[in-house]
Amino acid sequence: MIQTYSRVVSTDKVGSNILVLSIHSPEIARAVKPGQFINIKVGEWDQPLLRRPFSVYHTEGEILHIIFSVIGFGTTALSQKREGDMLDLIGPLGCPYTIDNDYGTAILVAGGVGVAPLPMLTLALKKLGRSIHTFLGARTRDQIVTKYLENLHLATDDGSSGFHGTVVNALRQHFCDAEYLRPKIFACGPNAMLRSLSNLAAEFDVPCEVSLESAMACGIGICQGCPIEVVGDGRKYALVCKEGTVFDTRTIRIS
Amino acid sequence: MADLQVEIGKLTFPNPVLVASGTFGYGDECRDLVDVTQLGGIVTKSLSLKPRDGNPPTRIVETACGMLNSIGLANIGVEKFITEKLSYLGTLHTRIIVNIAASTIDEYCTVLSMLDEHDGIDGYEINVSCPNVKDGGLSFGTSCEMTAEITRRLRALTTRTLIMKLTPNVTHISEFARAVAGEGADAVSLINTVVGMAVDIWKRKPKLSTTTGGLSGPAIKPIALAKVYEVAQAVNIPIIGIGGVRTAEDAIEFMLVGASAVQVGTANFIDPSIGVKMLDGLHKYCERQKIGSIREIVGAVETQQELSVIHSWL
Repeated sequence: MIQTYSRVVSTDKVGSNILVLSIHSPEIARAVKPGQFINIKVGEWDQPLLRRPFSVYHTEGEILHIIFSVIGFGTTALSQKREGDMLDLIGPLGCPYTIDNDYGTAILVAGGVGVAPLPMLTLALKKLGRSIHTFLGARTRDQIVTKYLENLHLATDDGSSGFHGTVVNALRQHFCDAEYLRPKIFACGPNAMLRSLSNLAAEFDVPCEVSLESAMACGIGICQGCPIEVVGDGRKYALVCKEGTVFDTRTIRIS
Repeated sequence: MADLQVEIGKLTFPNPVLVASGTFGYGDECRDLVDVTQLGGIVTKSLSLKPRDGNPPTRIVETACGMLNSIGLANIGVEKFITEKLSYLGTLHTRIIVNIAASTIDEYCTVLSMLDEHDGIDGYEINVSCPNVKDGGLSFGTSCEMTAEITRRLRALTTRTLIMKLTPNVTHISEFARAVAGEGADAVSLINTVVGMAVDIWKRKPKLSTTTGGLSGPAIKPIALAKVYEVAQAVNIPIIGIGGVRTAEDAIEFMLVGASAVQVGTANFIDPSIGVKMLDGLHKYCERQKIGSIREIVGAVETQQELSVIHSWL
């Protein structure tokens, strides 16, 4: 974990209201692992006050990329960054996905900009020679970003592309139809999607790791502001920022 | 270089910038990002007798120039602190103030007695002002008699520096400061968070699971300054100013209205090294003001007392 002042290289629109921000940050770009995040001070001091956490989307040498939808104060401020602007970053933070344990096929599942950790994850899995299937869901087709991904299965709420319905239901259909070799699910997206995915994984007895979203004040485990309920651990909560953001779904209860 | 040392109770601090309870963990979480030995001191996360899980999510909401929290005193408990954290803190060569929270007066006494058997602790800050727990917390801190009683009981148990942390959620905070000073507290720290609320208009529900929480950050600095000023007019024991401190200028404002030191709180979440970064600004201020010691500015604000509203109720 380090704190750096890093230069914005570019801001590129990649979908409806979806941007990729590229930052020259050699130390973090080299150290970051799939599923980890950086915490960005997006504005001057007071507004917004707190840092904003973003999964690292992709790295190229000394450059790291993040992907986000423009929704509130923080992402609006970030969307206005231009080449040469400096950003105060802390990272890499959180625990990465566990990719080197015993399983056959990697099933990657994301909803919306939950696609963020998948490109880095895909690259790491390919290096390990794993077979990969990627399920992407969004409200509509222009919110699906497929770059760097393998063996795509799409789902849209409005049916404008791929399966008409949720990405979890698309995956359910595949689990019923296809025979994956000892699959393991790696996912990221909104809590409602991850909760339903967690149920699906339990039903088909498939190991499943999810990267959770949470409001955070510090991102480094000091404020205790991002609890997730844990099961069978003798305590009630874990911290999303430090003990996650990636969790095995058998160890948590997603509310 | 000006002398930044300040004195509180029996302790001399190398500089007046401490980190506030609950915003710096137990000192070991931030070691990659900040040289904690440069700080004036560390106030630990509140400790209770038994570990506490804390409140359910959502615990954090950002608001204009501030944040609401409802952590609910999640902590590892005093025993684990003693076995797992104390030895590391002892190696830091900085002042260690252990913050204690409890549900009963007896629990305060037990926790303090357990800690008092160990080296490596310079003093105690007593949290009688947490707004986010049902048992204890603010119900102590908003009762002047109860706050005084806790001070009296704890004073009898330790010779170490005893700091009472006061809440702003009362009519006249100076009455509480007088009460604890009268019972032998070495210092007071203020303010704890201001009770606040935020609402999700689409769900028609409070954003925090506990409905209300504690407001902190730059938004509360003017409130904190007024409270420190009020207390400074009422008592002679040292005051540690807390509330929205994030720059050297903020620290100087607090010292001018009567604080001997400050604690940086919410700003640590944004930049854990902010406290250390402030020191340079304190040196520069002393240099420009041609003063040899930062202690010279404590309470040096010039007010027109005949026009002051505060003085009418003191």
